[in-house]
Amino acid sequence: MSMLKPLRDFTERDRVFDMVNPALRSPKLDVSHGTVLYLEDISVSFDGFRALNDLTLYIQAGELRCIIGPNGAGKTTMMDVITGKTRPDTGSAFFGQTIDLLRLSEPDIAQAGIGRKFQSPTVFEQHTVFENLELSMAGPRGVWAMLYARLNAEQREKIDSVLELTGLQDLRFALAGSLSHGQKQWLEIGMLLMQEPALLLVDEPVAGMTPQETERTAELLVSLAGERSVVVVEHDMEFVRSIARTVTVLHEGSVLAEGSMDQVQSNPKVVEVYLGEQV
Amino acid sequence: MTLQDHSAISRVMRSDRGIKWFVGLLLAAAVLLPLGHLLFPPESSLHVSTYTLGLVGKYMTYALLAVSIDLIWGYCGILSLGHTAFFALGGYAMGMYLMRQIGTRGVYGDPLLPDFMVFLNWDSLPWYWHGFDMFWFAAVMVVLAPGLLALVFGWFAFQSRVVGVYFSIITQALTFALLLAFFRNEMGFGGNNGLTDFKELLGFDLQASSTRVGLYVTSALALLAGVLVCRWIVASRFGRIIAAIRDSESRTRFIGYRVEHYKLWLFCFSAMLAGIAGALYVPQVGIINPGEFAPINSIEAVVWVAVGGRGTLYGAVVGAILVNYAKSYFTMAWPEAWLYALGVLFVLVTLFLPKGVLGLLQRFKRAES
Repeated sequence: MSMLKPLRDFTERDRVFDMVNPALRSPKLDVSHGTVLYLEDISVSFDGFRALNDLTLYIQAGELRCIIGPNGAGKTTMMDVITGKTRPDTGSAFFGQTIDLLRLSEPDIAQAGIGRKFQSPTVFEQHTVFENLELSMAGPRGVWAMLYARLNAEQREKIDSVLELTGLQDLRFALAGSLSHGQKQWLEIGMLLMQEPALLLVDEPVAGMTPQETERTAELLVSLAGERSVVVVEHDMEFVRSIARTVTVLHEGSVLAEGSMDQVQSNPKVVEVYLGEQV
Repeated sequence: MTLQDHSAISRVMRSDRGIKWFVGLLLAAAVLLPLGHLLFPPESSLHVSTYTLGLVGKYMTYALLAVSIDLIWGYCGILSLGHTAFFALGGYAMGMYLMRQIGTRGVYGDPLLPDFMVFLNWDSLPWYWHGFDMFWFAAVMVVLAPGLLALVFGWFAFQSRVVGVYFSIITQALTFALLLAFFRNEMGFGGNNGLTDFKELLGFDLQASSTRVGLYVTSALALLAGVLVCRWIVASRFGRIIAAIRDSESRTRFIGYRVEHYKLWLFCFSAMLAGIAGALYVPQVGIINPGEFAPINSIEAVVWVAVGGRGTLYGAVVGAILVNYAKSYFTMAWPEAWLYALGVLFVLVTLFLPKGVLGLLQRFKRAES
């Protein structure tokens, strides 16, 4: 059947080719229905192991959502699907009403407005802090444009403000590889801010941070929500409690429970999954 | 820090004393050697012979090839083990022009067909030999032929996300395939004899010492221009992006850069640079044959870069000249030993000098200060 799939594009009379459909060629983010991310019936299996199992999840525009779950619940795989790293076997994923994430490559998705912070901080170690932010800055990404690209005053100010926000202003010319773990975390958050994404996916932002830094991260994420939508995957329950309005619990690749922190904690199914672990 | 000066010159020269030294030394070599040849009589000890000029000129074209490899390997982590294929293609384009210039002075005296075609009883010029009687056409093909091959090959390789050692292996296969193809007489490139017996270039007699001087100076200037243009590229934001791709390809994708496009652009540019180097090489050595496609040549070129120190551009120049000087010496003094010496050199450099000779110099400097 899969061999016939390309042929079916020709036989479907109710659709036009993608190349003549301007909405598909350069879709704009449309959140007029109030939902920024639609994941429906997503399944992913690796060698028979079902990492995601009919996962259905909606994120509201401007929401700050925390996702928790035991190891292997599919949190990182979910992020991989959203950012285009992993293609699901079945299901659909839309960014706003119009942007079909399953049709786009990783760079397209990033340019459409989804930014991701990885679990272990991944910064460009051979570049300075300043250059890391410069490369992440929202704007054109074409080859020829980058040969002649120069920073204008406004862009410099933008980088300066992010440096200040992340507390890295004195380290702007330090190599990113020489930073401490916590500083790298901040730098990566700064890179995320430079991209000005509409949806931020943040994987374990406070791992390796001191309590004060954790607190500042919480403030930052809360302040970002509203204008942008933020999805946080985190193990640190104190942290989740301090920022979350809505918490989603993943278990074995699908949603186990959803609601406020208190509702989720008193849910008997969640207690069972976390038996032995402190919720 | 004050606002950076953004003119092209400052972008190239900024924050690196090595490049200033390099430009100075290369300009000096470009001027002094020809002067030594022209001003001093042959019996003077300061006289520079045409042989020496030709040898150093050849090293310069090798150095340009090394720079093109360093651009993709040192800055973007793409290890091409088939880069002399592009060098040889540029060389063949130039060789075809030089063949057409021979005209009736060939052994068979055919005004149109090169000797080897007459010998093969061909009665007309193959279609792809047309146009090569014009220098401008040949000059365009010198960059276009390697560039197009790199475009097609790179497009498939980078689109399929072939990286690392797999990419290196298929580039070896590429150059080996071209080697076999160019060995065939039916290809129309002179078979295993290649193209040789050149007479003149743009009307200048290739045997005349003034032409040799001209070729030498052109090679030196081409090398200088090549290094400076590459510096300009790697000092741009494009340069920082390709370095980011080298260090973390997937991260670069996730901030929205189409990694394949960047790699492809760089690969094509590098191939064109190698083609120019090949085109300057051929009139100086007087022959181009399929042996230039041999996989071992590409590996040798990579060794030059490793020895000099990758990721600096002028390190590649230093490495190319050092290793080739050693090669010239060894192959005269002790021919059988050269390949072993090359192997040992590569192992030693990889083990003890990961940043090459230049890295060693930097280490000494740091120890002093």
